[in-house]
Amino acid sequence: MSFYFTKDHEWARVEEGRAVIGISRHAADELGDITFVDLPKEGKEVRQSDAIASIESVKAASDIYSPVSGKVIRVNEALEKMPELINENPEEAGWLVRIEMTDPDELQKLMTQAEYAEYLKKS
Amino acid sequence: MKLIYEKSVKGRCGVELPSSDVPKAPSLPGNLLRESAPDLPEISELDLVRHFTGLSRLNFSVDGNFYPLGSCTMKYNAKILENVAALFSTFHPVTALLPDGEKFCQGNLGLLYDLSQLLADITGMDEMTTTPMAGAHGELTGILMISAYHRKKGNRKRYVVVSDSSHGTNPASAAMAGYGIITVPTAPYGDMDMDLFRKAMNEDVAAVMMTCPNTLGLFNPHIREIADIAHSFDALMYYDGANLNAIMGKVRPGDIGFDVVHLNLHKTFGAPHGGGGPGAGPVGVKSELVPFLPLPRIVMNDEGEFEVQSENLESIGRVANFFGNFGVMVKAYAYITMLGREGLIKASELAVLNANYLKEKLKKYYELPYDLPCMHEFVFSASRQAANGVHAIDIAKFLIDRNFHPPTVYFPLVVREAIMIEPTESESKATLDAFVVAMAEAARIAERDPQALRDAPVSTPVGRLDETKCAREQKVCFTG
Repeated sequence: MSFYFTKDHEWARVEEGRAVIGISRHAADELGDITFVDLPKEGKEVRQSDAIASIESVKAASDIYSPVSGKVIRVNEALEKMPELINENPEEAGWLVRIEMTDPDELQKLMTQAEYAEYLKKS
Repeated sequence: MKLIYEKSVKGRCGVELPSSDVPKAPSLPGNLLRESAPDLPEISELDLVRHFTGLSRLNFSVDGNFYPLGSCTMKYNAKILENVAALFSTFHPVTALLPDGEKFCQGNLGLLYDLSQLLADITGMDEMTTTPMAGAHGELTGILMISAYHRKKGNRKRYVVVSDSSHGTNPASAAMAGYGIITVPTAPYGDMDMDLFRKAMNEDVAAVMMTCPNTLGLFNPHIREIADIAHSFDALMYYDGANLNAIMGKVRPGDIGFDVVHLNLHKTFGAPHGGGGPGAGPVGVKSELVPFLPLPRIVMNDEGEFEVQSENLESIGRVANFFGNFGVMVKAYAYITMLGREGLIKASELAVLNANYLKEKLKKYYELPYDLPCMHEFVFSASRQAANGVHAIDIAKFLIDRNFHPPTVYFPLVVREAIMIEPTESESKATLDAFVVAMAEAARIAERDPQALRDAPVSTPVGRLDETKCAREQKVCFTG
């Protein structure tokens, strides 16, 4: 399954035509132990790069920016009780929201897995 | 360490009340009575005194130890300021608002008036309000005035520009006032990237919020250019005064293009803080913003008497009860008048000297991402130690074992493994040298025995707290 990455370390992948959004392993490691996740309401409409959620860790509070435009159709409710899912498995069980995309072409503006790995090396 | 409830012994009592010699009052209605007696600790007076004295000894404060908590300006607060504030403690602020009440508190009103004049002089502003009760409260007050200014001019502004090294309260205050946030990244030279700043600016920008010197302790050499660019779009310049301790008497924000300034009296001007306050966040403005100052305002009439102005339709209104945290203002007034112009200049010079001394002494042990002459604070990175599995937090905890308050860690976010040190002007060279020894020791242990640092602190009543568990599984009630 292909992942697309933003410069702010969010990922998006397409599942049944919808975008699933989360943060990268690198971002999860940098944040440290995550203690609280503030997710949007289902139905919220977002544009690409809008702040869509915020994550608090023992080190910092960070905004999460949406890699794509569209409508939030599901949020990962499990994170409310178990924010540590993001630290344990940021690219699977630690997903944040599912978005009905209005412009799937936006994904092409993001980095591929290989490009993201290269980007991390440089920064 | 036992809680006072755990020290409770049934039937023990600290006081012996005399038997009542007045008739018993009729009982309250049954539905208002509690079913059982309140669960209070039963303890003797001596045990109670020992309990709280013991707790106070565990308190870590600048009165006991060096407190180089970056960004917080934990300077020593002279005890005489408490005595001066106590002289003013018997007056109720409502007096000033009663009919003719101003006559009975001319001294108090005069102090507020004079303080705002002094602060306006120090910052190069035209007028000052002293009512906001903390730094972030001052920020919101300032941004609301900026918003009122644009509204009056018919400007349609939507954004506030901040730096990615700014205090988190800057974007938060702007967002609370209804603005979107544009964040400009830091360039390798340690300040807002000028190219990206120029790109970020447009007609929609209401204000640029800056801390100068910034959180890396660097004074921005482009500050005038930034102000000129902002003003060319009729965006106002907001000065976050949290770092004013570096520049008193050296440069005035009002002279380098800033239109609005907030100060933290509890950082720069001698009022104690930590543990949540109380603070005071006066806000100064240039003349074009004076009509929007919050109420009440204290003005001097033609006879030289002070009056309270409580109405003004253009004002953003009230931001605090009465006149704000008056006691803090008394301390700040006493501090400023006690030190005088030369004293304030000397305070800033020593704060900057102390910071540069520590930075130069310590930079062989720790990575210094922005190796430039600093102002009142500077930021190391524990990246060298992190390669060996020791993180900023481990070094911070180790310092507690050496009787130093940890520096600020993991802020600013633009530095990985940040360790942010602000010694203030209060400390002697001997104290700074002792701190250097402890920091050097931490760097040495990080190489030889990383686990020892990960286990720190070992000399405190409780060892390393599990911060994650504290946040994830909060238990805030004692359940005996």
